[in-house]
Amino acid sequence: MGRVVVPIGTQHPALKEPASFILTLEGEKVVSAKAKLGYNHRGIEKACENRSYIQSLYIVERVCGICSHAHSTVYCEAVEELAGIEIPKRAKYLRTVVCELERLHSHLLWLGVAAHEIGFDTFFMYVWRDREKVMDILENFCGNRVNYGINTLGGVRRDLTPEIIEDIKNLCKLMDERLKIYTDLAMGDATLAARLAKVGRLSKETAIQYGAVGPVARASGVAIDVRVNDPFAAYDEVKANIVVDDNCDVFGRVLVRVLEMVDSVRMLRFMMDNIPDGTISVKVPRKIPAGEVAHRVEAPRGEDAYFLASNGTEKPERIRMRAPTEANWHAIAHMLEGDYLADSPIIIAAIDPCYSCTDRAIQINDLNTGKQDILNWQQLKQYSINWHRENNGIDFAKLKIK
Amino acid sequence: MSIFYLLVFPGFLFLSALGLFMEYFDRKVYARMQNRVGPPWYQPLADIIKLVSKETIIPYDTNKKMFAALPVIALAAATTAIFYIPIWSSHALFSFTGDIIVVLYLLTIPTLTFFLAGWNSNSLFAGIGAVRNLTQLFSYEVPLYMGLLAPAFLASSWSLSEISQFYTTHPLLILLNIPAFIVCIIAVQGKLERVPFDIPDAETEIVAGSFTEYSGRYFAIFRMALDTELVVAATLLAAVFIPVFVANPFISFLIYLAKVFVIIFILAIFRSVMARIRMEQMVKFCWRYLAPLALAQIIINILIKGVLPL
Repeated sequence: MGRVVVPIGTQHPALKEPASFILTLEGEKVVSAKAKLGYNHRGIEKACENRSYIQSLYIVERVCGICSHAHSTVYCEAVEELAGIEIPKRAKYLRTVVCELERLHSHLLWLGVAAHEIGFDTFFMYVWRDREKVMDILENFCGNRVNYGINTLGGVRRDLTPEIIEDIKNLCKLMDERLKIYTDLAMGDATLAARLAKVGRLSKETAIQYGAVGPVARASGVAIDVRVNDPFAAYDEVKANIVVDDNCDVFGRVLVRVLEMVDSVRMLRFMMDNIPDGTISVKVPRKIPAGEVAHRVEAPRGEDAYFLASNGTEKPERIRMRAPTEANWHAIAHMLEGDYLADSPIIIAAIDPCYSCTDRAIQINDLNTGKQDILNWQQLKQYSINWHRENNGIDFAKLKIK
Repeated sequence: MSIFYLLVFPGFLFLSALGLFMEYFDRKVYARMQNRVGPPWYQPLADIIKLVSKETIIPYDTNKKMFAALPVIALAAATTAIFYIPIWSSHALFSFTGDIIVVLYLLTIPTLTFFLAGWNSNSLFAGIGAVRNLTQLFSYEVPLYMGLLAPAFLASSWSLSEISQFYTTHPLLILLNIPAFIVCIIAVQGKLERVPFDIPDAETEIVAGSFTEYSGRYFAIFRMALDTELVVAATLLAAVFIPVFVANPFISFLIYLAKVFVIIFILAIFRSVMARIRMEQMVKFCWRYLAPLALAQIIINILIKGVLPL
């Protein structure tokens, strides 16, 4: 066979959401890859601008089905920062508890999906059975399995009861046991290592260049973690460890996620013993003072950054959401090239992609002239290259982004 | 009488029933290994009935006659192979010198039809699946042939019936063939395209491989062919490597069923504890480990034949 072009997507069994990957194959090897987004645009940012701050919270929570708590946390904290409100310590701890529970269930979900992508369905079933235990706790605590609805402006909506604390402690015990098995399996299983090692390589320099975040960056040896670099919620007291691995491949990404779960369990246990007493929320005014704020949290998939502008009314002027997938997305084409077709599902899955969180259309409003314009990707890229060259003296023109 | 053999027992009807039941058994074991409940016993039959009643779509740019004929050829070839394999006694229904080769070739035909089906489907995913089918064929076929011929060398016969008779009179020599048995179990897993060798129909990469464009009754026949192939391959392994027969044909038949169950149980366990490997890893594995092991078995068998007064 000569060169064949294989379209993975927009509809394909390996993808959980629509996205398009055009792979050019030579035999089984991928010689060039092109990744395309844009099938999931939901107009979420615009929808938020038309609603009040508390209504927007419900939309923000639905940006992502897996890391919904990360999105609502970053939004709430941004609004609270604008309003100049300090929330009670117990509320901060409760947010952190849900953050870590969410990381546990998200990483377990990812581990199962990754196992399925490489045809290891037994592992997939075992991991998801354990994930169900975490989901049960989340449901008991928050009332919901997916969109927890625990965050509100000025704190949280539900308090931990002694029974749930007991449940979480039991969960920690169970997870210790299970995670030990997963760690041994990830590090020792021959077929897993054969399928994952040296696949989807992303060197430290390239990871920094493409702006990778979260477990993808950490598996390439870049020690970034918002929980440590820029603590939010109660992470200034509940210390997270940055799990770094220098395998720079999918195998490293599995290790990082498994070890992060071990760390999450440690932090959960710490929080269960050290949670302060007090109220769980304070009142936030309907109108938020004018101003701008940029805030970020560490979602299970990586850094989740928000920009929020307020004009002093009860509706936000502008919300910009940058989901972690958007940061990791650009490296995908680079990672796919040079590997086998058989590895492409796991390489794509290894960034834990969430396309609908990522899809945005960009409209440019020129503040000076009042002109509105929609830029295409090439124009926007050129604009950004020029801007950085003029303002920061950095030349990104050499960087290949597909 | 031949019509009865062909259509009812041990031909089409019996094989289909056993094939569907074995698919159920395989799926149930697989499910229990994964902490799932698994399907009810009639699920494979229900699947076939549902597929048959569904609309059959034939891609417009294909050879339609070939598209329709390939599943039938696969099923016919797999079914025919059973007549030369001893089931309830050490005599097969039909036998002649060299029938082991015929059986092996008949078992290769389904794989070739899978390849042609994929090639003929005129679809990208089916095409890649077809190429993988052939690549896989070249990697497991040689170890499988060598592994099955090693016992034949020891028995000095290339007839399955005579091989069975030889091992019934010399039962201890069965133990000698254990390495070949391991080689064959692994190769058969590759032949049946099951995890970890389900590379030609890896759903997360190339959808359903060669069968991507197949639907309705043609796909149902392919499914039947796969089930039949599973049973026939297990029967072949049972006849060559576990040739345990008693005088009473009925009890002997029950023993046969037990043997097939055991082999399919091993195959199902094998399937549930592994991840899918890559094509190039499979080729490497088969040629680097399986083929030398089978070759060593042949050499050992030839040497032993020279030493022992057989």
